[in-house]
Amino acid sequence: MFSLDLLFEAVLFGVLLGCFYAAVSIGLSVSLGLLDVPHVAHPAIMVMGSYFTWILSSKAGWDPLAAGVVLMLPFFVLGVALYRFYYEVFEKRGSDAGVRGLAFFFGLAFIIEVGLIFAFGVDQRSVEAAYIGKSFSVGEYRIPMRMVVAFVVALVLTFALTLYLSKTFTGRAIKAVAQDLLALRLMGANPVRIKQWAFGIATGVSALAGAMLIIISPVEPAIDRLYIGRTFCVVVLAGLGSMTGTLAAGLVLGIVESIVLMMFGASWAPAVAFGLLLAVLGIRPQGLFGR
Amino acid sequence: MKFWTGAAIVLIAGVGLPLLPVNEYFFYAGYMVLSYVVLATAWNILGGYAGYVNFGTPAFFGIGAYSAVVLFKWLQAPLAVQILGAALMAGLLGFGVGLLTLRLRGIFFAIATVAVIFIMETLMVNWRYVGGATGLQILRPTVELFDTYTRMLFAVMAVLAVGSVAVARYIQVSWVGRGLRALRDSEEAAECSGVPTLKLKLFACTVSGALMGAAGAPMPMYLSFIEPVSTFNLSYTIGALGSAIIGGMVHWAGPIIGALLLGTLQQVVTVTISSEINVLVVGVLLVVFVVAAPEGILGLIRKWTRSSSR
Repeated sequence: MFSLDLLFEAVLFGVLLGCFYAAVSIGLSVSLGLLDVPHVAHPAIMVMGSYFTWILSSKAGWDPLAAGVVLMLPFFVLGVALYRFYYEVFEKRGSDAGVRGLAFFFGLAFIIEVGLIFAFGVDQRSVEAAYIGKSFSVGEYRIPMRMVVAFVVALVLTFALTLYLSKTFTGRAIKAVAQDLLALRLMGANPVRIKQWAFGIATGVSALAGAMLIIISPVEPAIDRLYIGRTFCVVVLAGLGSMTGTLAAGLVLGIVESIVLMMFGASWAPAVAFGLLLAVLGIRPQGLFGR
Repeated sequence: MKFWTGAAIVLIAGVGLPLLPVNEYFFYAGYMVLSYVVLATAWNILGGYAGYVNFGTPAFFGIGAYSAVVLFKWLQAPLAVQILGAALMAGLLGFGVGLLTLRLRGIFFAIATVAVIFIMETLMVNWRYVGGATGLQILRPTVELFDTYTRMLFAVMAVLAVGSVAVARYIQVSWVGRGLRALRDSEEAAECSGVPTLKLKLFACTVSGALMGAAGAPMPMYLSFIEPVSTFNLSYTIGALGSAIIGGMVHWAGPIIGALLLGTLQQVVTVTISSEINVLVVGVLLVVFVVAAPEGILGLIRKWTRSSSR
């Protein structure tokens, strides 16, 4: 039953899957890793992006990937507004923002989830495009086209964000916020405006991630619960706020999940991300590439 | 003394009421409300006093329910033994989770507890003995003294509710509660002043888990059925955490007020409108309260009495 061939196939699939996991986690890597916002609603916002992609794609006939790119703008605005609100209500007041800030995002995730149920029902939704459903073969392995699309988009996203954070002025300012808030303030910069901008980018990226999610597999409103495990696992494993670390951690999760799927069957797959997350938190909370 | 008279009155009412000819539905709905009182009170011991947000309520509730099922199926154990076994297992889980994760703070502790839910759920889905993914039908044994099994369960849950509130109150007023509050405000300062922070956190985590497990133990009997997806549902998380935050986290009375309010509201909304709306109502109330009234209903009452006494 166990063979090298199967293992190779699982690893190959895991690499593609892993890049997808990196892409859905990179928004959280910015909002939690760099900005220190307990953004439990990240997967719910991403699933919301999937549903908006579904509307644009099935009702207006757009290409789902193009829809995801276009949705980045309204989601950017949404993210800016959301951070502003969070800052005014929780961060500014300071004391005991921990419990209430977490409860706020948790409640928000539930509101989004139920909102999606009311708007679209509990049925699974999927999109159609030329590259979905097709596959091509390399040697004896068949690779589904949609996985390759997600793979490429994930790589582009990661490198774009890495470049943005290290080469541009605003990008460096975002990293500075993560390192030393007080020092930044002494330099005359406004950390709130920078964090607001960065949270907007993180949320905008989630829209594209949502589009990829619905390209890869059908989506239902409660799917965000599974992605709490996957996204947080990747971000924690990566070490907070490291973009290339996010890619590497995504690959680790993708490969492990794919191997478990092959060896033990689909009913064990949901526990992989959560188990890995718990193990990392218990053994090495600073992650693989931690500061 | 006042507390114990009150507790005795509630206890007598909780056990006596099911003996009277009151409509059966009252007990069916009341059972759920009371179990929310237990869950919220248990959640508050770690979440309110110590400031550690536990999203893992369903994990402890669920391990309690499944322990009860195993004890019942294996040994035909009576309900009291099932509840004790469930509290023991859930307490052990709490201790284990505490040992593994209490070095973590804030969101990382919270996310680790979410992970525990899904790991437990996956284990139960793959465990054939307790029914796996399809679930298990449970035949209720015959009941003495009370007319129906549901009435008996209502009385049992009333006892559990009073018991867990007494535990929470004891923790709040004793040195344990003072230590937990100290470490909530500043863990370093507490440790430096000689508060055994790690021990206290482990204790809170274990007790909180054990009480949640006890709340879950009668659930399979209540439904005559057990199944992983609804047992490990995140709606228990938002119910427990929401009740404590909406009621007020600083005092043992807060979670009771919140749970009575949310639990009753949920029963009414589920019956009259739909179960989706009921999750929405809790979510919206939670967000409104953390934003507009961070001290909960207790805080509102305190503010109101202070301004009217002036």
